[in-house]
Amino acid sequence: MSKEYETVIGLEVHVELATKTKIFCSCSTAFGGAPNTHTCPVCTGMPGSLPVLNKQVVEYAIAVGLATNCTITKNGKFDRKNYFYPDNPQNYQISQLYLPICRNGKVEIETEQGKKAIGIHEIHMEEDAGKLVHDEWGDCSLVDFNRSGVPLIEIVSEPDMRSADEVIAYLEKLRLIIQYLGASDCKLNEGSMRADVNLSVREVGATEFGTRTEMKNLNSFKAIARAIEAERERQIDLLESGEEVIQETRRWDDTKEYSYAMRSKEDAQDYRYFPDPDLVPIIISDEWLEEIKSRQPELRDEKMARYAKEYELPEYDISVITSSKHMADIFEKTVEICHSAKKVSNWLMVETMRLLKEHDMEAEDIKFSPENLAKLVALTDAKAINSTVAKEVFEHVFEEDIDPEKYVEEHGLKTVNDEGALRSTIEKIVEANPQSVEDYRNGKKKAIGFLVGQTMKEMKGKADPGMVNQILTEILEK
Amino acid sequence: MDLLNLTAVELGKKIQAKETNAVEAVQAVLAQIDKMDDTIHSYVTVDKEGAMERAQKVQKQIEEGVISGPLAGVPVAIKDNMCTEGILTTCSSKILENFYPTYTAEAVLNLEKAGAIVVGKTNMDEFAMGSTTETSAYGVTRNPWNTEHVPGGSSGGSCTAVSANECFFALGSDTGGSIRQPSSFCGVAGIKPTYGTVSRYGLIAYGSSLDQIGPVAKDVTDCATILETIASYDKKDSTSYKRDSYDFTSALVDDVKGMKIGIPKGYFGEGLDKEVSDAVMAAAKELEKKGAILEEFDLGLIDYAIPAYYVIADAEASSNLARFDGVKYGYRAEDYNGLHNMYKKTRSEGFGAEVKRRIMLGSFVLSSGYYDAYYLKALRTKALIKQEFDKAFSKYDMILGPAAPTTAPKIGSSLSDPIKMYLGDIYTISVNLAGLPGISVPCGVDSKGLPIGVQLIGDCFQEKKILRAAYAFEQTRSYQSPFDK
Repeated sequence: MSKEYETVIGLEVHVELATKTKIFCSCSTAFGGAPNTHTCPVCTGMPGSLPVLNKQVVEYAIAVGLATNCTITKNGKFDRKNYFYPDNPQNYQISQLYLPICRNGKVEIETEQGKKAIGIHEIHMEEDAGKLVHDEWGDCSLVDFNRSGVPLIEIVSEPDMRSADEVIAYLEKLRLIIQYLGASDCKLNEGSMRADVNLSVREVGATEFGTRTEMKNLNSFKAIARAIEAERERQIDLLESGEEVIQETRRWDDTKEYSYAMRSKEDAQDYRYFPDPDLVPIIISDEWLEEIKSRQPELRDEKMARYAKEYELPEYDISVITSSKHMADIFEKTVEICHSAKKVSNWLMVETMRLLKEHDMEAEDIKFSPENLAKLVALTDAKAINSTVAKEVFEHVFEEDIDPEKYVEEHGLKTVNDEGALRSTIEKIVEANPQSVEDYRNGKKKAIGFLVGQTMKEMKGKADPGMVNQILTEILEK
Repeated sequence: MDLLNLTAVELGKKIQAKETNAVEAVQAVLAQIDKMDDTIHSYVTVDKEGAMERAQKVQKQIEEGVISGPLAGVPVAIKDNMCTEGILTTCSSKILENFYPTYTAEAVLNLEKAGAIVVGKTNMDEFAMGSTTETSAYGVTRNPWNTEHVPGGSSGGSCTAVSANECFFALGSDTGGSIRQPSSFCGVAGIKPTYGTVSRYGLIAYGSSLDQIGPVAKDVTDCATILETIASYDKKDSTSYKRDSYDFTSALVDDVKGMKIGIPKGYFGEGLDKEVSDAVMAAAKELEKKGAILEEFDLGLIDYAIPAYYVIADAEASSNLARFDGVKYGYRAEDYNGLHNMYKKTRSEGFGAEVKRRIMLGSFVLSSGYYDAYYLKALRTKALIKQEFDKAFSKYDMILGPAAPTTAPKIGSSLSDPIKMYLGDIYTISVNLAGLPGISVPCGVDSKGLPIGVQLIGDCFQEKKILRAAYAFEQTRSYQSPFDK
């Protein structure tokens, strides 16, 4: 009889904070740039250089902590994590072990199984490392310190998740919270959000946790789901065949859908953590904390409630629009201009989502302006263009943020409202298609569709379909 | 020779009075270095051309009235653990044998802004770890008073350069006595300011929570003047402290009436050389004659200072020195096989024995399972030592004692017994643990003709009190140079 197993998962999520400058120096955090151009003596570990804490990093970390119901550590410290690697210029990383900035939080997630709280063990601040560039032709590796010193927070969950669904729901929740706070753009594919999965299995009903592994290199939600499934099966197979799970760090290869061991607990380094003597304690005064609290923006749950009340939108619309802070911002600004909440919502929910999928983009990547979407809505409201044309114009708005008014004008896409012209075209069509006319008059009312289509074709799509229908019916019923 | 006998402030005045100029001063110093340094070896690097260029530039600025401070045009030597842009900075270690910093330490910048002229970088114990200046990868420095003897350390080269007139003043750094002890051994004055007074930006760290830069000079007036120039609040150093006032020279008053001076009984016990003890007590009596009130007292926890210090300083050093790995700058082993072998060989070949000993000690006390027993306990001890000093300063304006238990030992007699060498730091180390200011001023010579220093320790930010007492004491004797003999 095969046993039933339960998966136990905890996550370590690294998030790159959206500060303009690095955590301990004033170098730019901008992505890209020629190697070693966003550097100074501090972030390249020059002898004698000293770190100075960027206050914005603390504020972002606290904002995330408050939004995830954490206790804020009012008297914190930075510690040095000592290990040798060339991407780490001082050969120690400034991080927090003993007194992390936030502790004991939780977030509520919702899956098909219902609602559940996931505990947050701690959130700590630390610096990112540089990047090694391996020269394929020469026998050397080069280091680019542009990323060295970029601020990160690491959010460590409790081992509260039991399935890939819960993990994805938790990550989505974190991502939305952090995006809403403006603390990071949280892009998994660009590495501004990175998740390491700690996973163990145990027999259903067991009280002790099994031995866990840590999975790294997970660059998408899909990869995370696949890795969880594979690792669960691997561990169960081991246990079923009487072997033991070894506590180790594994690396996921998503193309091969396979993970391999990087290092075991025995090789685990002793990081010799100790408080960094170059930095002073981080004292969070009540005033400062209150100030940060007062600046907390509206988070998703609050926004959803407001949308229901203020715009009277269906729940589904609200959940789609607020699934991205960026999209919600576009929605609000567009509605502010054109006052047609449901219409704006439709453009975002249907066409925008379709095009995002088609272009393999995320909502955060939406480039068009609320002004141009509002103009498009106004054009359709005024019946200046019909819905087919509107969709075509929207594709250009989506891709190039064009001005719909100008575009419609330049391309002669205005709906023809001149009844005389329309009537004479329709008369021509009726004359040319006696069979359809006869079918209609014999009771096959559907035949009108063909005639409408022919008319629209003749009018190059610019006719108002309602008007076409009306005139056609009039002529046919005569 | 006349010019060289001047103090920094005296020279500065003569330059302002146009009786001499910066170029002449630098020339005199360079000539003296040519004459003395083969024997004494105060310097790792003498930047002759650069110094002459700077002298000409500064002299022009003085003549144009752009700079007019007391140190304008005065040649200075910098300990080789402070970064100087474009000038070799080695920490007297092979591992930095080719390191040219891209920036200048804040304290040195402050001097340059005031018109002081850097002539070179002085020898030291490797990475400031040592009390004799014998652990330098570039050879030992000899005491100008007797070249068979060490100058003390780790700022040995800075102290010998001042003593042997190879500069008019110098900067040293003091983590456990590295300014005060060699100052005492070389018959010069040196002050370690309150932690946070002089920016550590650009000082290559040994024990970050203990390191302070300070002046080494011929007299107390120079010390106060130099300190006034180098001390500053620096945003680049998080441990820099914004003081209410950076005035130190107004303390130079020959008046100690009513000042209460505590003398720790424990400082005068076993291990203290009789001649040193007598000279230091005689200095105390001089202050008493001028109206100070002497009182013996028990300073607690003296015996715990050395172990606490070596745990904390070495722990910090083990991490601070990790960046010297052959990847980015400095020495890299020639033959190696892969990354880890490169690290290993580079560090094995690049560091000397004492540095390796301290890195190992520091790594050990921070390692998992030992952290609480060693490092955390040492930090608690540090806090308790500070409390003992707080108690003392609730009663006394300052504490007086020796700077070192003996005069300078012979070259080669110390390194074989590191524990004994560490014990020699007993009078200076607790001052760093408590973050206090301490000054050593010459108070005589022993029967071998070697200088003795008396140390005055003040409460945090009370440099002016110890400067005033040191100044008052200095008025009772005249400056002795090794060349007077």
